[in-house]
Amino acid sequence: MFDLDKWQEIFEAIRHNKVRTFATAFGVFWGILMLILLLGAGQGLQNGVQSSMLLDATNSIWFIPSRTSMAYKGMPAGRNFQLHEDDLSEVKQHAEGLEFISPENWLQGNYTVKHGQQTSSFMVYGANSDYFKVKVSQKTTAGRSLNRLDDENSRKVCIIGDRVAEVLFEQGEDPVGQYISAKGVSFRVVGVFSFESNAGMDQSQRIYIPFNTFQQVFNPKKEVSLFVVTTGSTTTGTQLESDVKELVMQRHSIHPDDNQAFYIHNQEEQHKSIQQLFFGIKVFIWLVGLGTLTAGIVGVSNIMIIVVKERTREIGIRKALGATPWSIINLIMQESIFITAVAGYLGLFLGVVLLESVNYALVAMGASIDFFKRPEVDFQVAIASVVILVIAGALAGLFPAIKAAHVKPVEALKSE
Amino acid sequence: MISLQGIEKSYHLGQQSLQVLKGIDLTIDGGELVSIMGSSGSGKSTLLNILGILDSYDKGEYLLDNISIRNLSESKAATYRNQLIGFVFQSFNLLSFKNAVENVALPLYYQKVGRKKRNLKAMEFLERVGLKDWAHHLPNEMSGGQRQRVAIARSLIADPRIILADEPTGALDSQNSAEVMEIFREVNAQGKTIIIVTHENDIAAKTQRVIYIKDGKILDENYQLQMAHV
Repeated sequence: MFDLDKWQEIFEAIRHNKVRTFATAFGVFWGILMLILLLGAGQGLQNGVQSSMLLDATNSIWFIPSRTSMAYKGMPAGRNFQLHEDDLSEVKQHAEGLEFISPENWLQGNYTVKHGQQTSSFMVYGANSDYFKVKVSQKTTAGRSLNRLDDENSRKVCIIGDRVAEVLFEQGEDPVGQYISAKGVSFRVVGVFSFESNAGMDQSQRIYIPFNTFQQVFNPKKEVSLFVVTTGSTTTGTQLESDVKELVMQRHSIHPDDNQAFYIHNQEEQHKSIQQLFFGIKVFIWLVGLGTLTAGIVGVSNIMIIVVKERTREIGIRKALGATPWSIINLIMQESIFITAVAGYLGLFLGVVLLESVNYALVAMGASIDFFKRPEVDFQVAIASVVILVIAGALAGLFPAIKAAHVKPVEALKSE
Repeated sequence: MISLQGIEKSYHLGQQSLQVLKGIDLTIDGGELVSIMGSSGSGKSTLLNILGILDSYDKGEYLLDNISIRNLSESKAATYRNQLIGFVFQSFNLLSFKNAVENVALPLYYQKVGRKKRNLKAMEFLERVGLKDWAHHLPNEMSGGQRQRVAIARSLIADPRIILADEPTGALDSQNSAEVMEIFREVNAQGKTIIIVTHENDIAAKTQRVIYIKDGKILDENYQLQMAHV
């Protein structure tokens, strides 16, 4: 296979037939480049949607109390009810398949948050350490998150969102280890967090303190505003949702069929619909991608047919000088495969470079475009596309080459 | 060297069939310098193509160097063309993207001779036709006479027994024609059989034997003698 002399013959032909080489190469190059960019953009779209919409763990269920809508056990409809810490410990004990549970309370009324001379009106939340396992897109950028010991020892510590840090602290000042105060109580900052996704923008203006600290300092009545649970492996989101609901409703004497007593946000369902959206995007990308690839194959095939036609006279001359049909086929095939493979690789290379540049530019500028993030391609898919295109080009050239190689030399010599 | 008996050849154009050769009997010995003359459409080029195994024939027997040229496989035919026959065409048929020395060396490529060795030999043959200084020029940088001399060098490089030339001077002026014929005579003097198809009397006159062909048949010796005396 590796015949240096044959390769020299091929390189010579390539060097002296630049237009033909370019025409063949460009079809493949362009097809692959477009395919890579398309796949990359599609993946970027998917990544963007994923990070924009997936704020919380996909197995989390939020329970937010509302008003009853049905009269039950002598109590009227339209009644407000207040959750309590006891409700949560009951749920934790009895709900089958529950993984984590965490309350969320926030400081109500008029207050400001202060650091030195800086004042602003950020919200203060109380939550336990499991809460942050639900917030999957919340990332700690400095210091640490809140942990179990903070909660158990009711430490006066807090973590703050990056927006809070921006407003309360000087530029270049490290908030970790410093103190902020709310309603006259001081908390030491142990960490700063931010959100990768746009949907977390509002939440980066929050301040979290340990739940027990919150209750001791601000909420002696041990009330709970809302809570979140996560589904373990032994149950489903739908099952856990109804189990927890039933338990809490019973404790608060709410009619079992009252669907409006809680606003329930089950991520599992949202996750499902997002998955369907991704599937739709994937199908679309593949349809367009296959279309692009087909267009590339047709283009390359056309060029190969023209190339063989154009070389008929050359084939005649070579045959008159003693070329066997096989050596003719071999020469044409090797040349075309070489050109298409190199061109395909270049297309692949440039496509990846372009995608990476876009990615780099986005990251470097700190710019975030809605629903677009980290464009990338599956390398195996990319390589497979190149191989398919090269093989298709070779096959498209093979049949005319075989035909041309078996034409009588006298006829080949007559062609112009 | 060459023996033809009752060679017939027809071309089919749709429904119509045109018989070009109507039974050719011909013997050419080794070392002869022969010209084949005839008007256009007489079948002289077809005859030459059959002699060069570039075309097939329908009937008859063709022995080349005592080998029967019938139902040859394509690769066998390629081998005979490569080793026994050198071609010179009216339109030169050089590869436009190869320079003179590469064009001359091409037959040796198909004999699997290494690049260095065959280019060296090609230079030798270019020198013989007086084109050593033009070795690295492309065909379109040369005059018609120079191109034809490159083609002759190419036909000689594989040391074939027979040179077949189809109107080799057809595209050349008289001075270049004379030079080309001079080269053919030199080559013939070294023992090679040369067959030239032409319609020019002065070219035919420079050969040892003239074969007249008309309407697909060879005219008899008497006619040739008459022509010689006119």
